[in-house]
Amino acid sequence: MASQEVLREEPSRGSFINDPKVRGIFFQAVVVVVLVAGVWWIAHNVIANLTRLHIASGFGFLKGRAGFDISESAIAYSSDSTYGRAILVGFLNTVIVAIVGIITATIIGFIVGIGRLSQNWLIRKICTVYVEVFRNIPPLLVIFFWYSGVLAVLPAPRDSINLPFGSFLNQRGFYFPRAVWGDGSWLIFVALLVGIAMAWFVARKARQRQMATGQQFPVLWTALALIVGLPLLAYALSGFPLTFDYPKQSTFNLTGGFQVRPEFLSLYLALSCYTAAFIAEIVRAGIRGVSKGQTEAAGALGLRPGSILRLVVVPQAMRIVIPPLTSQYLNLTKNSSLAIAIGYPDLTATAGTVLNQTGQAVEGVVIMMVIYLAISLLTSLVMNWFNAKMALVER
Amino acid sequence: MQEHDMSWVRTEMALAQPAPAGVTGFSAWVRKNLIASAGDTILTIAGIALVALILPQIINWAFINAVWTGPDRTVCATVAQGGVQPDGWTGACWAFVNAKFGQFMLGRYPIEERWRPILVAILFVALLVPMLIPKVPRKGLNAILLFFVLPIVAFILLVGGMFGLPHVETSLWGGLLVTLSLSFVGIAVSLPLGIVLALGRRSRMPIIKTLCVVFIETVRGIPLITVLFFASVMLPLFLPEGVSFDKFLRALIGVSLFSAAYMAEVVRGGLQAIPKGQYEGADSLGLGYWQKMYFIVMPQALKLVIPGIVNTFIGMFKDTSLVIIISMFDLLGIVKQNFSDPNWATAQTARSGLIFAAFVFWLFCFGMSRYSMFTERRLDTGHKR
Amino acid sequence: MKQIAIGILGAATLGLMASAASAGTLDTVKAKGFIQCGVSTGLAGFSAPDDKGDWQGIDADFCRAVAAAVFGDGTKVKFTPLSAKERFTALQSGEIDILSRNTTWTINRDTALGLNFVGVTYYDGQGFMINAKKLPGVNSALQLSGAAVCVQSGTTTELNLADYFKANKMEYNPVVFEKLEEVNAAYDAGRCDVYTTDQSGLYGIRLTLGSPADHVVLPEIISKEPLGPAVRQGDDQWYHIVKWTYFALLQAEELGITKANVDEMKNSASPEIKRVLGQEADTKIGTDLGVSNDWVVNIVKATGNYGEMFERNVGSGSPLKIARGINALWTKGGLQYAPPIR
Repeated sequence: MASQEVLREEPSRGSFINDPKVRGIFFQAVVVVVLVAGVWWIAHNVIANLTRLHIASGFGFLKGRAGFDISESAIAYSSDSTYGRAILVGFLNTVIVAIVGIITATIIGFIVGIGRLSQNWLIRKICTVYVEVFRNIPPLLVIFFWYSGVLAVLPAPRDSINLPFGSFLNQRGFYFPRAVWGDGSWLIFVALLVGIAMAWFVARKARQRQMATGQQFPVLWTALALIVGLPLLAYALSGFPLTFDYPKQSTFNLTGGFQVRPEFLSLYLALSCYTAAFIAEIVRAGIRGVSKGQTEAAGALGLRPGSILRLVVVPQAMRIVIPPLTSQYLNLTKNSSLAIAIGYPDLTATAGTVLNQTGQAVEGVVIMMVIYLAISLLTSLVMNWFNAKMALVER
Repeated sequence: MQEHDMSWVRTEMALAQPAPAGVTGFSAWVRKNLIASAGDTILTIAGIALVALILPQIINWAFINAVWTGPDRTVCATVAQGGVQPDGWTGACWAFVNAKFGQFMLGRYPIEERWRPILVAILFVALLVPMLIPKVPRKGLNAILLFFVLPIVAFILLVGGMFGLPHVETSLWGGLLVTLSLSFVGIAVSLPLGIVLALGRRSRMPIIKTLCVVFIETVRGIPLITVLFFASVMLPLFLPEGVSFDKFLRALIGVSLFSAAYMAEVVRGGLQAIPKGQYEGADSLGLGYWQKMYFIVMPQALKLVIPGIVNTFIGMFKDTSLVIIISMFDLLGIVKQNFSDPNWATAQTARSGLIFAAFVFWLFCFGMSRYSMFTERRLDTGHKR
Repeated sequence: MKQIAIGILGAATLGLMASAASAGTLDTVKAKGFIQCGVSTGLAGFSAPDDKGDWQGIDADFCRAVAAAVFGDGTKVKFTPLSAKERFTALQSGEIDILSRNTTWTINRDTALGLNFVGVTYYDGQGFMINAKKLPGVNSALQLSGAAVCVQSGTTTELNLADYFKANKMEYNPVVFEKLEEVNAAYDAGRCDVYTTDQSGLYGIRLTLGSPADHVVLPEIISKEPLGPAVRQGDDQWYHIVKWTYFALLQAEELGITKANVDEMKNSASPEIKRVLGQEADTKIGTDLGVSNDWVVNIVKATGNYGEMFERNVGSGSPLKIARGINALWTKGGLQYAPPIR
């Protein structure tokens, strides 16, 4: 005991300079000083440049009249709206293409990923070719391919390709009839909500009953009947209020109906195809990560292959799949900024136009960065929560 | 007793029997892999139908109907479009690629100076190939030549302005030259920078750690386009009056910083996989921090994350195509720029050009990923955890 | 530690001081030996690279004229192709010395963007182009309701377009691209019915389309687009050199001084011509401006006078074949007018 005390009191042997703690503090202090000096220098330069050149600064421009039109907008927007609203429109467009793209990419990705593990040689090879092709070319090229290589060579509006249900396809995009909701159509939405709520309730009850008694209940069919049947019933009761507005030929374009522009279409198709290749690889790794014993044990218990996949393999594979899947979703969202190359008015494009019309580059780029960061952080948070929910709960 | 001893021990091996006819040979392979069940058979038929639908069209378009040489658009246009092909013809216009090949490779690099990038390419291949083949000796010298001498030689040759070589502005560079030089420098910068950032993120010094985390997470949270915008419209305002950067250099900095953040996360994954005992063992030997990292930790960590590193390289190689957004012309950019050439404007031009660019990108990326698999297997010392 | 910090801050400050006290643009330009000129990424007649990669066009030639005034050599120019988005930052940050890139002069750009426009090298107006073969019977912009309109983003064109359709209570579908080539390609492919930009641009673009004869430019002009070169604010000397280079080009045309006859003209009897060409005894016009006294001779030798520049790049000597119109000298009923050089 005594000898240890002595040891502890002894001053460190090396010189002061060799003490890692001191060196650590010194090193960090140097970094801080350099950083502060650097930031100060940049700030000084920016301010000096802006004042020297009499460039306006600050975010006041967001309230100004935008003056330009945007082709696609989820909310009301005209050239009289503010710059701030223009950026909001762009942000919503980014969100729309990201969500639709994520859903499609996930579906294709899961199909191809499972296909690569199929017993069937041909399916396996087709899926492998798909993955190896799309993984190894730039997403921008895929976008251009859809835009210039496929959609641009479709016929002009005059010679549109007629598709079933009054839809048309031409180089201006894909047109389909738009639903026009008449009086009393609110009943249908209410019925839909009620149907979903009831389906959820039935699913809960069925699960409880299965836990207690082991008896199963055809949840899927009941839920489907409720969710589809109730709104249909409401539709009939309220006197068929739904009509369709069909696209028609006019001087320049098809008018009426709902138009999906080629810019959106090619961005959406390209992002889905490209990201799906990565998701397929993640899914494959996830399924292979579930040890074979699990499948065999489930088989020994008498589960059918479909049930093995649904009840044993997929829940375990999901744990491996979710973290990389999250980063793929984020990648897709970030890649949606490539929209600028084909003129889809996403966040980057509209913020870029605003930047250019006002000349306030610093503010424009800062707005872009902050919004993308916020999207990323939000997605990470949601997926982390989902991941925590899916994580192994050990007893 | 004798009667009960019925045991009989065979003393020589039985002759091997051929496998039953049902489990070998072509028909068994087909049965197992294509028509194992009813569902499988349907899938196979659907698959064959898909291939039969697409493959002949592709082959027809890309090879049989394709035009390989020609002076201008007429060879790739139908009679109705003012060309020589029969109406209803569709086929690849490789003549376009053929005519513009020099531009696709080197951009608007002056013709009389083109031997310079070609010489650099030859030197690069001459140094890279022995580097990639494990059996070739003198790896150390080779690495020094490739990563230190070659960049200097390449810089002198490409940029010029000294030793009697005329100066060639980077705004004249283009095509594969830009793609490759951006990626090569990006790779050479982002790996060390990524390692430093990863070490910083795992550092015990709180300020260093925070800075690294903030940098990595910020960069990973925004798209590369925003970074390039930043470099092209915001960076100039950060510098004092009269100081300006070359546009190429700005793109280079943007791409390198961007991939360094991704690289840092990959390397961090490797660092986390190294057991604590390795760090403690190195400490007990009296190694300093950098010695410990250099001799003990990094060799193990980097080996673990080779696939991740190569994936980041591939990602960066593909991302160089985004410099088109800040009006620089990499391979994809120059291909796309040539679509507007009225001499070659046909319905097939865009498709052919894009497929050519896709093929070049694919070749490089696929090559990289295959080589990484090979390296992974070769370095696998059986210590997999 | 504190001392180190102060030391580093001090060093940074010194660095700042050094850069803040930097020289004027003229001195910087003379020191580096060339003028960095911001041009478009390719607009026929204004600034576009030819087959050999040399920049041709009225905007490019204007930069050559400034180089001739400063160095006596019109080749001492380097061109930086800029997108619409990059152009202002590039000038603001000092990356380029002159922005000569078919840029419209507006009050906002003079005040809020920190630019100084030196004059109008080309009076333009925004127009519309349609494919007459596909749209027979359309001969006025007022018939364009419901059309898809191709336009380049971040330009005054985009704003005028919105205003025009709104004022005439017409609907339209904007199809917006970042780069001129992309707009061209989309219009040529039939993605939109109408192409709108400055009329001069429409004529230039028509040449690059698949079948130029099918396309017509509609008669309406919906805006004033005075295009001219711009410099940074806060450097009057450089501003004057660029401005007077432009006036010298006009003056030379007015006095009939051309690339071919400039050497003879030096011995002209006219005192005005002698004065402009710097042949007067003890003249200080050039040196007061900060260039040599024979600056006008150098300019005309390098690019010819304004009229020659115009005809060569956009007028009768070019494939564009645009008439002088309001770009003629004031003496011929146009708007081009130069204050006296005396």
